[in-house]
Amino acid sequence: MNLQTTPSTLFSVEPERSHLLAELWHYQLQEGYISPEVIQQLAEKHDLSAIEVRGVASFYHFFHEQPAGKHTIYLNSSIISSMRGFERIKEAFERETGARLGSVDPTGMFGLFATPCIGLSDQEPAALIDFYPFTNLNSLKVKEIVQKLKQGKPAAEICDNPADNIRYMPGENRTIFFAPYQRGEAVRKLPGLGPEGVIEQLRIAELSGRGGAFFPTGKKWETCRSYPDTPKFIICNADEGEPGTFKDRVLLSNQPGSVLEGMIAAGYAVGARYGFIYLRGEYRWLAPTLSKEIAAFYAEGLLGEEAGGIPGFAFDIRLEIGAGAYVCGEETALLESMEGKRGEPRTKWFYPAERGYLQQPTVVNNVETFAAAARLIQLGSFEYLKRGIPGSAGTKLISVSGDCQFPGIYEIEWGMTVAELLELCGAEDPYFIQVSGPSGECISAKEKYRRISMLDLLAHKDIRCGGSFMIFDRHRDLVEILLNFSQFFKHESCGVCTPCRAGNFIMERKLKRLQNGLADQNDLKELQNWGAIMKATSRCGLGKTATNTVVQALEKFADDFHTRFAETDNSTYRKFDYRASIADYENYKP
Amino acid sequence: MATCTFWIDGKKYEAEEGTNLVDAAKANGVFIPSLCYFSHIDPPLGTCRTCTCKINGRYNPACTEEVREGLKVEVNTPELLDMRQALVEMMIAEGNHFCPACEKSGHCDLQHMGYELGISTTRFPHLFKDRLIDYQPQRMVMEHNRCIKCRRCVEEVFSSDGKRVFMYINRGNETMVGIDYEQEAKLSEEEAEAAMNLCPTGAIIVRGKSLSEPFGMRTFDMQSTQKQFHRPITQRPKGVNFEKKTIATVSLAGCFGCHMSMLDIDTDILDIAELVSFNKSPLTDIKTFTQRCHLGIVEGGCANTENIETLKQFREMCDILVVMGECAIWGGLPALRNTIPLGECLEEAYLNSVTSEPGEHTVPYHDDLPKILDRVYGCNEIVKVDYMIPGCPPSPNHIWKVVKSLLWGEDYSLLYAEFKYD
Ligand SMILES: Cc1cc2nc3c(=O)[nH]c(=O)nc-3n(C[C@H](O)[C@H](O)[C@H](O)COP(=O)(O)O)c2cc1C
Ligand code: SF4
Ligand code: SF4
Ligand code: SF4
Ligand code: FES
Repeated sequence: MNLQTTPSTLFSVEPERSHLLAELWHYQLQEGYISPEVIQQLAEKHDLSAIEVRGVASFYHFFHEQPAGKHTIYLNSSIISSMRGFERIKEAFERETGARLGSVDPTGMFGLFATPCIGLSDQEPAALIDFYPFTNLNSLKVKEIVQKLKQGKPAAEICDNPADNIRYMPGENRTIFFAPYQRGEAVRKLPGLGPEGVIEQLRIAELSGRGGAFFPTGKKWETCRSYPDTPKFIICNADEGEPGTFKDRVLLSNQPGSVLEGMIAAGYAVGARYGFIYLRGEYRWLAPTLSKEIAAFYAEGLLGEEAGGIPGFAFDIRLEIGAGAYVCGEETALLESMEGKRGEPRTKWFYPAERGYLQQPTVVNNVETFAAAARLIQLGSFEYLKRGIPGSAGTKLISVSGDCQFPGIYEIEWGMTVAELLELCGAEDPYFIQVSGPSGECISAKEKYRRISMLDLLAHKDIRCGGSFMIFDRHRDLVEILLNFSQFFKHESCGVCTPCRAGNFIMERKLKRLQNGLADQNDLKELQNWGAIMKATSRCGLGKTATNTVVQALEKFADDFHTRFAETDNSTYRKFDYRASIADYENYKP
Repeated sequence: MATCTFWIDGKKYEAEEGTNLVDAAKANGVFIPSLCYFSHIDPPLGTCRTCTCKINGRYNPACTEEVREGLKVEVNTPELLDMRQALVEMMIAEGNHFCPACEKSGHCDLQHMGYELGISTTRFPHLFKDRLIDYQPQRMVMEHNRCIKCRRCVEEVFSSDGKRVFMYINRGNETMVGIDYEQEAKLSEEEAEAAMNLCPTGAIIVRGKSLSEPFGMRTFDMQSTQKQFHRPITQRPKGVNFEKKTIATVSLAGCFGCHMSMLDIDTDILDIAELVSFNKSPLTDIKTFTQRCHLGIVEGGCANTENIETLKQFREMCDILVVMGECAIWGGLPALRNTIPLGECLEEAYLNSVTSEPGEHTVPYHDDLPKILDRVYGCNEIVKVDYMIPGCPPSPNHIWKVVKSLLWGEDYSLLYAEFKYD
């Protein structure tokens, strides 16, 4: 696929190194892996040592150091996928391709791998084949797909076109995101408002970030505006890696124009010259849609010199594609990744608004934040404020998945209760509800009365939602859910700081003990204490939030855990799996 | 630069504005543990998190903070002391640290931090992840079992071409420090040695250079960096009553080194013999318990089913159970095999080794033989252990101070040099 929509000369401010990820992608797609020769070649090109290039390539799990098959198949290993039949699909693929999960078949035709959530939780089981989406899989469908691939059909031709599944929006024309869209409507409002006026609008409407941290967007833009250094950059964070979340996917596919206009507005407000969309590798298949929209923007004069016909305002946007690393959604890790480095979060020595991409002032916002900003500018803050509740105006996109009849996207007005949302999506027996993904919080059905809003952080009247609800009914195994989350964090930790790199590994071991019936009350206490230590000492949000759910679940679902304890014969003996400990040796019994 | 006032634990201090908090605290006599912090790397690395304090009410590493007017820092609250200790324990549990077999022992910042914080065992399970030892570089050996990913080498070591010699590779718990063979070969002898010395652990070893200073005379062998080195004093109810007590001892999967150390108190052993009698013990050669004992002392961990049985017997027959030495605490040297599947170990030992009989093709197995466990377990994983004495072996004074304190409630305090892992 050709991704180059804008001539790269427009971005000549960027050093060569910034293209490293794109170059690695090129070889991965062309040769099926990153060979030592390629590493050497790239190292010479960029005047780096080979180990430095290898360090970058090995950070991203879509880059392989060994051949990954002519066709590379990724199955989603998220908890939602496993509820929807991951095991069956895995077996079907193994049978049809001859490759075992995690390896390539003997002929080198198929590589079969697991990857964390691919953002299709509303149509699981799903897979990516050569980075094209295949949804609602079953054994029969898998058989057909593999047959077609064997016949030489490219994945691009036989893939699915994932549905947007927009299930609900507020009535009476109150939708913000999905109102009829006309290209340029928001951009044309900019000159009338002036840069400060734009920021003022965001401030009046109290727009806050939709990437999880709810930072006031107006304040972020204002801060960036206040730094005199140029060039400045606008980055749209489309890394949406939080398992169970797919709202950004739907926005990018359904409303790409709003997102671009939000970025242009930000560029205009802070005085930035360049914009980037950092698209997660899992959404590579959305790149053509975005490229087409960007091309249309250029054609209509909304991008480029005198963007939107505004004298003296030039703005360009290009795509950058991630390569499989949840942590790159963290804004400073994202910046490192854009610079062609390992996606390791920076220390908070500087904020991106002061020193971001290439150490220049940079605004990083979520996809939904930009889309909301564009719509807000188009509607005017007065109109915008009519949605939602006081102190929490507007609407919110929520990705709903799991045990419910209608998984998909719900645009709710802030202030809706959990009960109302559960009713809408047809959740019949909700028991354990994971809000905002594994790094968010879990609630029990008893907390249905809580309002979904931006208010009252950590209070019990309201609940903040970053964008997803994963619903689990009574029959789901709590420990399995927690273990799945823990494995996700262990796999996705960038590895830079001790509490997260080692801590998540240790938590996983502990949860396995729990699963195997070897834990007791003391182990639960340790899980909680260790979770608190990781939260306090980790460098970035990943480690700080990784243990939220475990700690909360142990409190809210205490009874479920007690049934997990094995009988102990004597309290001075530790629980010990004697049989497992000698199983290896028993293999030598003559 | 202007001087400014700042607060640590409610006390007022002064330092030049902009000084790194770790240094400013140290200059004022307040010890904040640190591992990755290396004063001339700017901005600081902030990777190990052992310097975590509460700064203006928020948890943050002290090494990524500069002192400014009015800064309020909490350093020595019980919670923070525990947290920092946990971080060092985490590093010890994450890697495979066999101090007695390590070239860096005595020069090692990680080991030293363990002493300074009084860590006698890690609260976390040892992860025993199989890691590479890379002998391919020309001058160096990369011992990945010991690397704490502090990042110093990545940021500091460049070849004459200005290229990095070290770089992180992989991600998450698979992260390790890769070394570029081509660039490494370009380093001068001094540069290579500088890299070894900059590494806070024994992960970077330069061939032929790592043992130039004798053990016992190394940086951290004798003195603490803290003005006062306290090790917790076990306090037991004081009704001092010097009645004669009974002790049992045993060596499980150990080397008898701890027992030798126990005998190493010279003539004091005579005083002790007055006060205690030994029941089941290699010292008396009594093979089975003949009575209940006040104290059981166990050396060595559990490598086979017989070890488990004996340990359980000790737990049953002794009022207080103490384990001594690294092997008993977490597996120690025998646990070197824990990163390797049992099958591979057995086959290497009985089938494929150079000394095995030609044509030998069985691994000993008989119902009368103890069964070998999948890995070596620390005693506390099998039974509840009351006290642990670290060291390989622990110093004789340490052992007897603990024993006396447990049996007769004597207070004691430990000298820095008595608290050791090797
Ligand atoms: C581990 C981690 C992953 C994150 N992933 C995303 C993501 O996928 N998308 C996103 O917009 N923000 C993500 N964030 C939040 C970003 O760091 C940042 O706060 C956000 O992009 C700012 O945009 P906003 O103000 O519009 O929310 C993540 C944060 C952390 C700590
Ligand atoms: S918390 Fe985890 S992801 Fe964040 S910097 Fe530390 S190791 Fe990396
Ligand atoms: S001396 Fe240091 S590096 Fe060596 S094994 Fe001990 S703790 Fe690890
Ligand atoms: S090799 Fe040494 S200096 Fe380098 S990261 Fe590991 S512990 Fe730090
Ligand atoms: S010394 Fe501060 S984080 Fe390592």
